[in-house]
Order: sequence, then C-alpha cells, then structure tokens
Amino acid sequence: MNMEKLLIVINEISKKIQENKEFLTDLDQVIGDGDHGLNMNKGFKAVDKALSETDIKTCDILFKTIAMALISNVGGAAGPLYGTAFLFVSKAIGPKEDIVKEDLPLIFDAFIKGVQMRGKAVQGEKTMLDSLIPAYESIEKSVENNDNCTQLFNKACTEANNGIEYTKTIIATKGRASYLGERSIGHQDPGATSSYLMIKSILETLESDI
Amino acid sequence: MVGMVVVSHSKKLAEGVVELCKSMVQKNIPIIAAGGTNDERLGTDAVKIVDAIESVNQGNGIAIFVDLGSAILSAELAIDMLSEDLAKQVKIIDAPLVEGCIASSIEISLGSSLEKVENTANGSYKLRKL
Repeated sequence: MNMEKLLIVINEISKKIQENKEFLTDLDQVIGDGDHGLNMNKGFKAVDKALSETDIKTCDILFKTIAMALISNVGGAAGPLYGTAFLFVSKAIGPKEDIVKEDLPLIFDAFIKGVQMRGKAVQGEKTMLDSLIPAYESIEKSVENNDNCTQLFNKACTEANNGIEYTKTIIATKGRASYLGERSIGHQDPGATSSYLMIKSILETLESDI
Repeated sequence: MVGMVVVSHSKKLAEGVVELCKSMVQKNIPIIAAGGTNDERLGTDAVKIVDAIESVNQGNGIAIFVDLGSAILSAELAIDMLSEDLAKQVKIIDAPLVEGCIASSIEISLGSSLEKVENTANGSYKLRKL
C-alpha cells in the first residue's frame, strides 16, 4: 500500500467515525460520559485537516501527524490512548514509504503496546484492547498462512467484532464505566467499538478497491 | 521556584483554581492553567499541557495537578513528549485539586523543593471540611 492509498484509508476511517458518531456516543452514554462519538469525530476531522495541509512522504510522519491531531482534538481519554498508539506505530514503522502485508503485525503490535502503556489495561477489562488484541492475533496468523490482504482484514474484522460481543459479557474495571461495576454488563464497550470501526474501514477500502 | 500546572477537563475550573491560588500568596509564583480542549470543549489536551510545563519552567521542578480520568493520561503523555532532561523534573501530584493546589502554592511561594511541595500536597488529603 503506497502513501496515496494509505491516505485514502485514513480518510475512510474518518468518514466511518463520522457516520457512527451518534452510535458511539449512545454506547458511551450508557456506560461512560457520553462523549466518545463526538470526541472521536472532532479528532478525526482534525486528522483530515492536518493530513491535507502536510506533504507526507513517509509512514512515520503519517502516523505522527495522526497522533498529534488526535492528542490535541479528542479531549477525552481516547485522545491520549489513540494518540500514544499512533505515536508507537510511527516509531515502530520508521521512514518507510509504503506498507506491505508483512508490516501489519508490527503495526498492530505497536498500536496495542501504546494503548496498554498509556491505559495500563490488559485484555478482559472492557476496553479497546478487547477488540484490538483478537484482531492482532488473527492478523499474525493470516500473515503466516499467506492470506491476501482482503482475507486478512476480513478475518481480523470478524475477530474484532467477536471481541466487542465479549465486552458485553464482562465488567468494566477501567475508566468511567468502572463506576458502574456489574451494571456495565450487557453493554458493549465504545472504545472496543471505535477500534473495530477503524479495522472495518480498512477492509471496506480494500474491498471497494478505491 | 517550582512551577505549577493545573490540568482540568474544564478550562474555567483550571483557571478558577489558579485564581484562588494566586490570591493565597503574596509573591508571583509560576502557575498556569491547562484546561479544556483547543475548541473550548470539556476535555484535556496533552499538547496544551506541554506548552504549559515549558512556560512555568524555572529549572526547579514542575508539579502537575489533575482533576480526574483522562487528565491523568494526558498529563502522562505530555511528560513523554518533553525532552528527557525536562521530563525528569516534572511530577504528577496525587492530591485533591483545590486543597492540594492551594497548599502547594503557599509551599512554592516559600521557595520549597518539588519534593516538599509534593509532600504538602499529598498531606492535603487529610484536611477535613467538617
């Protein structure tokens, strides 16, 4: 995937977040402070603006630009969490001009490490990690099996979605939702959902072959 | 003097705490508010916190006070974004926002070290209102 295509993918992620702004906010109103959709939409609008104003040649700069826009414009916990995740990816990928399938495990691993480092969370605490980690494990397997990119993201998407379903069955122990304790059971996690939506956008971009 | 940054989701709350602190001390202390997002919504912004830290840095350490939740994550991210040398001099303080900040500003105005400021701020958890 060259830079032109990568920018299209990011743009599609922004659109997807915007389309799901109300949905994410509704999810967050039940178990959080009800701002996740609005915050993420503000963040990705700033990402679009920053990317359109910068001449980006390499992946490290691409991911750093995304990170800085999210850090300054999201407002809620998703800002520092996703911001740190993209900063970790920027550092891990370095000044490469394109991304190949074999880079994907490294990218997702760095992303997850960023979220974990900032949020001090582990899998099973009803957070974005519950969709990201299953997606990462699926991607790793796909690369080993030499699946093509569409197959790879298709499987990753399914696993991330299963991860969201799993978040409905567990108690939140991190963030605002943890105040609810057992009352958080039955509701899916907004952060796990926004992470899933990003992966889904990548899949849809690959399928539509824009 | 030790520098002081007040981080809150609310710009008004952060500015209000700074206003209170300034009224409690006779001297000018290096204190600044870093509240709200770029576009004045409720939220925190690590870049704003980085700028705030740099603006109150007098080389004697910097104490960051936070309200809750993502303020802590943004403050931690801000520290990671600083130069290594400056990062070493910055501490997020575990204290109630209003009582901790007021106690610390008095401590800072007396020329105390960051360690002393932190101890005093931690101690303000014990202040009972009734």
